[in-house]
Amino acid sequence: MMEAAATSGAYWLRLIIGLVIVLIFSQLNALFLVWLERKVAGHIQVRLGPMEVGPHGLLQTIVDGIKLVGKELITPARADRILFVIAPVLVFTPVLVAFLVLPFGPDLIIRDMNVGLLLIFAFSTFSVLAILVGGWASNNKYALLGAIRSVAQAVAYEIPLLLSVMSVVLMVNSFRFSELVMAQQRVWFVFLQPVAALIYFICATAETNRAPFDIPEAESELVAGFHTEYSGMRFGLFFLAEYTNMFIVCAVATSLFFGGWHGPFGFSFKIPGVVWFLAKTYVLLYVLMWFRWTFPRVRFDQLMNFSWKVLIPLSMLNLVITALVLKLI
Amino acid sequence: MSGSFVIDSLAHAVFWVVVGIVFAGAALAVFPRNIVYNVLGLILCLTGVAALFLYLGSFFLALMQLLIYVGAICIAIVFAIMLSRPLHLEVPKRRMPKLAAGIGAASIFFAAIGAVAWKTAWKPAAERGADWTITTIGHLLLTRYALVFEVISLVLLVAIIGAILTTGFSRRLSS
Repeated sequence: MMEAAATSGAYWLRLIIGLVIVLIFSQLNALFLVWLERKVAGHIQVRLGPMEVGPHGLLQTIVDGIKLVGKELITPARADRILFVIAPVLVFTPVLVAFLVLPFGPDLIIRDMNVGLLLIFAFSTFSVLAILVGGWASNNKYALLGAIRSVAQAVAYEIPLLLSVMSVVLMVNSFRFSELVMAQQRVWFVFLQPVAALIYFICATAETNRAPFDIPEAESELVAGFHTEYSGMRFGLFFLAEYTNMFIVCAVATSLFFGGWHGPFGFSFKIPGVVWFLAKTYVLLYVLMWFRWTFPRVRFDQLMNFSWKVLIPLSMLNLVITALVLKLI
Repeated sequence: MSGSFVIDSLAHAVFWVVVGIVFAGAALAVFPRNIVYNVLGLILCLTGVAALFLYLGSFFLALMQLLIYVGAICIAIVFAIMLSRPLHLEVPKRRMPKLAAGIGAASIFFAAIGAVAWKTAWKPAAERGADWTITTIGHLLLTRYALVFEVISLVLLVAIIGAILTTGFSRRLSS
């Protein structure tokens, strides 16, 4: 009895410590990514980006964050009050859930579930939902238009995303992240499944509402899209969730296609797995930012056609070929 | 001993809270006249059902519930709302025949589900023994329940063809 109590105590302690680390990490990560985004944008446009606060402007986003916390929370007069407040909270839940199963290292998974990969995709629905609720509750035409576009986009791109992931799952026969990573000890799946990796990355860009697929919040046409009416830390939560979502899609890409905590071709160079994992994730995040400042925004019909007429058939074909090859080998 | 008692009663409390959420969601899905509330209520209800699956120990089914019912069906309903009449127009009054038809359809479904639940010989989890892993569920779906599986996809096919026909029809009317 004592033993059981002790293990359950250790279990709860582990869970609570994990949750605290996740909360701190997601904040710090978002602060860093916003800074990086501004720096990348600056250097791509031959400017310096933020330089004033801290060395190379490193503390700029912290200052901005403090400003955001101090701002007034405005609720529009004819908004749906309850839903308007719920939406920013709702947008952050799937983000926290995803961290439960992300494999940062061989021993650094909070819970290594046998349905880990499914968990992330099942809960990602809620962020779409939160955008819809927020956009609708704002009672603002730009917000509603942004929300509608967001839902259409998310549905269109979730299908090829899941199909491309399935071809990897088919090869490993598991949804468990540790097994998916272990299977890539020698060869990363990006070499065996280049098409799936490409489709995944394109869809991930769309799912996180990043340029060139940023029509839900297209600044030049929709003011700010679904979060037009949000101010202060409510807007901050949407922003935080967006940048944490970017981290999650890149972390999933790292563990599905780029070998997770493994070094290239089985050489780890005595560098711990966490470092490999984070390094690869941040390189992918850099690529995501690179996209934003390289490609112009797509038109809505181009966006839909590209998903339904190119990505979905291609990912289905890829899945069928994968299954066929696996059967024949 | 007291530790397990606390955990047991906590688990029971959570169960009843989830049941409450399911019923609240179901009520929200039916009664308000604002169709956006209806969808959100439905989502709340189905999420609660997923939590019930979790309580019964099937993580896989809970996630599938979220992925299919919340992620696909409810988002599809949202699409339907976008195509329906604008929300700022006045909502038409509830019509009795429509209401009766809805209640009738729901009670037929409820009777069928109730009959199945009544006929099933429920066993406590400890006695059941058989494993309900993803592999077992997959095998059963493609062997014993293959017909049901196919019929469900037929229903989806009918829905897709219906949607294409309706849009084609209304487009021809407007042009």
